[in-house]
Amino acid sequence: MPLSGAKRWLIVGIALAVLASLGSGYMNRYYLGIANDVGIAIILATSLNLINGHTGQFSLGHAGFMAVGGYFAAWLSLKIGASFSPQTAKAMFPLSLLAGGLFAALIGLLVGVPSLRLKGDYLAIVTLGFGEIIRVVAQNTEAVGAASGLKGIPQYTTLGWTFGLAAVTVYCVTSIVNSTYGRGFLAVHDDEIAAESSGISTTRYKVVAFVTGAFFAGVAGGLYAHHKQFLSPTGFDWIKSIEIVVMVILGGMGRTVGVIAAAILLTLLPEFLREFSEYRMIIYALMIIFLMLLRPGGLFVFKTKRRPTA
Amino acid sequence: MSAPLLELDKVTIRFGGLTAVSELTTSVGEGELVGLIGPNGAGKTTAFNLITGVYRPTSGSIQFAGKSTFGIKPSKLASVGIARTFQNIRLFGSLSVLDNIRVAKQLHSGEGYLSALWRGKGFKQNESTIEKESLELLKIFNLAKFRDEMATSLPYGDQRRLEIVRALATKPKLLLLDEPAAGMNPSEKDDLMHLIRSIKERFNLAVLLVEHDMKVVMGICQKIAVLEYGRKIAEGTPKEIQCHPKVIEAYLGAAATPIEPAHA
Repeated sequence: MPLSGAKRWLIVGIALAVLASLGSGYMNRYYLGIANDVGIAIILATSLNLINGHTGQFSLGHAGFMAVGGYFAAWLSLKIGASFSPQTAKAMFPLSLLAGGLFAALIGLLVGVPSLRLKGDYLAIVTLGFGEIIRVVAQNTEAVGAASGLKGIPQYTTLGWTFGLAAVTVYCVTSIVNSTYGRGFLAVHDDEIAAESSGISTTRYKVVAFVTGAFFAGVAGGLYAHHKQFLSPTGFDWIKSIEIVVMVILGGMGRTVGVIAAAILLTLLPEFLREFSEYRMIIYALMIIFLMLLRPGGLFVFKTKRRPTA
Repeated sequence: MSAPLLELDKVTIRFGGLTAVSELTTSVGEGELVGLIGPNGAGKTTAFNLITGVYRPTSGSIQFAGKSTFGIKPSKLASVGIARTFQNIRLFGSLSVLDNIRVAKQLHSGEGYLSALWRGKGFKQNESTIEKESLELLKIFNLAKFRDEMATSLPYGDQRRLEIVRALATKPKLLLLDEPAAGMNPSEKDDLMHLIRSIKERFNLAVLLVEHDMKVVMGICQKIAVLEYGRKIAEGTPKEIQCHPKVIEAYLGAAATPIEPAHA
């Protein structure tokens, strides 16, 4: 079957990720860790871009969905994986990632249906509150380690998984948006009243964007859990959500390439700034302020003229 | 005569203490061109919002094609055949001219999330059919040359027409036009009158028109309803409306002494 442009890119992306993964044995562990962080950040930012950028629904709950997926996937690996041989358990990693994503999507549906009636600031506050609820629940659930965190998660995450799934995320989000159906997300973003009168069910589109975004955030959470081997509720507070939102805004709302670039930049930046020790976060914040002032429309605004679908 | 396409029966809506539309009863037959006029704030746009499901009437009923529209969402009403334009143009600003039409076409395209993800053969065929049909629609209105321009970068008059094309892309049976002539010069208004007539014939639909410009309304409407303070004060043919004393009073104020109705 001849592959279309988008699918070909997906295959190329996954192949590169797997290749990089095979060579990862020769890489410095520190760089390897950062590379995985970058891949996970790309998944988070691209999926949030569907909600905040393309559909224009301001969500501050992405870290919450990441936590749901992360905890669920890690819990599966620990509980279910324990009753199998290590090889089988490792082979089941994609299943626990998928389960984590699906569980996050389910929570996304439950949160989205009532809260997406709200707009703008109100929606932001509701999603912020949701994220905090998730964190507090994790903090008080003994089964996932409560406040002391979930320890001893097997390290299954490789470069192949993070970048392979980052490629899948980018493929899915761009494919959905670059279709007649997907133009509906942008229409909802532009004008809800006009969208409704053109036959676009705005509620449905918003929920679909929310659930899709939550799914990928959950997958990213699973990758994160099996990368750090440790989950702490404090790692999923609202600051984490804000970080992802900053990636989307800095990259340019609704601009995939820019958002990916911003995800890479903002993950690497704190590492480059390590030599400034305690001034690190001040410089980080200042750089974001300057970038925002210089490129308010998005840092890497490659002219993405919306073409008819390929 | 068969039942009219759109039937409003004593439709009332109150916002707090304000009755914006009061006991409005009127109808639009299939293929009919009806005008809705009245002074500013008479409730014309509110009537549109009631018909398209943006507001729910406080009392009274609205029937479209024999079915009550109460509580049905605007997007659902669009799928059964009610389309509209807006008084202050509402195009999708981040979409191209072509995409503005495509997005409305998706209503009857049967395309969805999974096919967009999978991008199979059927999807591509479907996409190219939609694109072709959208372009054809644009061609009819001489807008095809702007296909890749951003919708909001078009000249004003073209934006108005694009909004009409977008409404037509949902394949309506009833088209609601909210002040389509606003801001147009006399020759553009003439063109618009031709356009509305030809749309009605070509797409075989009924039109309900809110308009301030009397020349346009009197020129093309078969029936006119006049609103004042949310109440219908008159209804009839353009001729009847022109010499209706209540209408003259609403527009020009009451005369101190009775005067002869003007002959237009």
